[in-house]
Amino acid sequence: MLTSAINLILAGTNLSRLIEGLGVTIEISVLSIFFGTILGGFLGLLWSNVTGAERGFFRTYLEIFRIVPTIPLLFLFYYTFPRDLNFNLPATAVSVLVFSLWFGAEFSDIVRAAVQSVAKGQKESAYAIGLTAWQSYRYVLLPQSLVNILPAYINLSTRIIKTTSILLLISVTEVITVGQQIIEANSSNRAVPLVVYGLIALFYFLINGTLTWLSKKIERKVVANDR
Amino acid sequence: MSWIYIQQAIPAFINGFFLTLKLATIGIIGALLLGIVVAFWLYYQVIGHHVLRVYIAVSRNTPLLIQLFFIYYGLPGIGLKIPAEQTAIIGLIFLGGSYMADAFLGGLEAVPKIQVESGQVIGLSTWQLARYVIFPQGILYSLPAIGANIIFLIKETSIFTVIAIPEITNTALDLIGQNYRSNEYLLMMVVSYAIILIPLSLGLSWVERRLRRVNFSN
Repeated sequence: MLTSAINLILAGTNLSRLIEGLGVTIEISVLSIFFGTILGGFLGLLWSNVTGAERGFFRTYLEIFRIVPTIPLLFLFYYTFPRDLNFNLPATAVSVLVFSLWFGAEFSDIVRAAVQSVAKGQKESAYAIGLTAWQSYRYVLLPQSLVNILPAYINLSTRIIKTTSILLLISVTEVITVGQQIIEANSSNRAVPLVVYGLIALFYFLINGTLTWLSKKIERKVVANDR
Repeated sequence: MSWIYIQQAIPAFINGFFLTLKLATIGIIGALLLGIVVAFWLYYQVIGHHVLRVYIAVSRNTPLLIQLFFIYYGLPGIGLKIPAEQTAIIGLIFLGGSYMADAFLGGLEAVPKIQVESGQVIGLSTWQLARYVIFPQGILYSLPAIGANIIFLIKETSIFTVIAIPEITNTALDLIGQNYRSNEYLLMMVVSYAIILIPLSLGLSWVERRLRRVNFSN
């Protein structure tokens, strides 16, 4: 049963469709990470320079995306807002929008924490030797914060990639949807779901595992350089 | 936004709320236990700890949804049929365990070496060291991460909707499918999660703040 299932998967266009679906997953993830990085970086830098009540604004934005699970968020943007605000976006665009906003929120917190963790003395010393705010960020603060940001950044990215699995709920044809189609087409063989979902799990594992491994490698290199 | 629909849906949401709570609680407790065991296993590098590293890598890099599908739809293929609720709990413990293990391990490793060495110098056995020095302090250091993980796991329960478990998200999506009043039901869904998560988040921040004062005791 198992070997016939494996043969079924490899037959015909099944594998290529799965890879296509994986491509959609990766595309949505990369776009979301890209936009989210810009948004989050910008907001994070702003946040770290702001005091008092204005901080509350950033914190609220972050906490909204932390408290609401992704599925309701997705449905909000896919069903509710289009009806109320009268615009229509395809499912993939909505997905990128929601994930970018989420990534931006989480990333802004990471950036803020990293920038604030670089010793206050660095900022003051930079001003003392006459660097402008822009220069002090460019040459002193950001390079040092980048070390702190990288592990959390990769961690967040892998979370985004994993959460794209949710998109099957708003009919995005990503890898799991294709998997389900294959399973339905071959419903006579009971071992097919095992192989299909196992394969998809392997895909995710390879992508995320590689990213995590990369981040650990970079981390070690940077720590070694610091000595 | 019509109040009638909200009112009529309250019983369903209450059921979903308590189911979410029940699954989350069992899952989190299981994850904590598994996490502690795995963390100590890794910390003392007991035989087989490499296998555990693989476990952590697999469970952290694959989505919970796939893990659930694999258990719920895949395993029956080799004759292992697990009902939906048990699948959900197993999935949560499997995933949560590795996140908790990472958090605990971080906490254990954060205990200053001086503590361990001092303990050894005054003649404590490995077991006494673990019980009186490493474990208490390790837990303290890992609490922020544990807190974040708990919140994460509660949010992950919304994924159970894909195997038709009538928790909060499923209740909302189901009702939306029936009545198309997405505004009302999404609002109730967000409120249900907020009722759980906001107090939890505030409580954990409070605990973290108390802990930061403790840390100066070194």
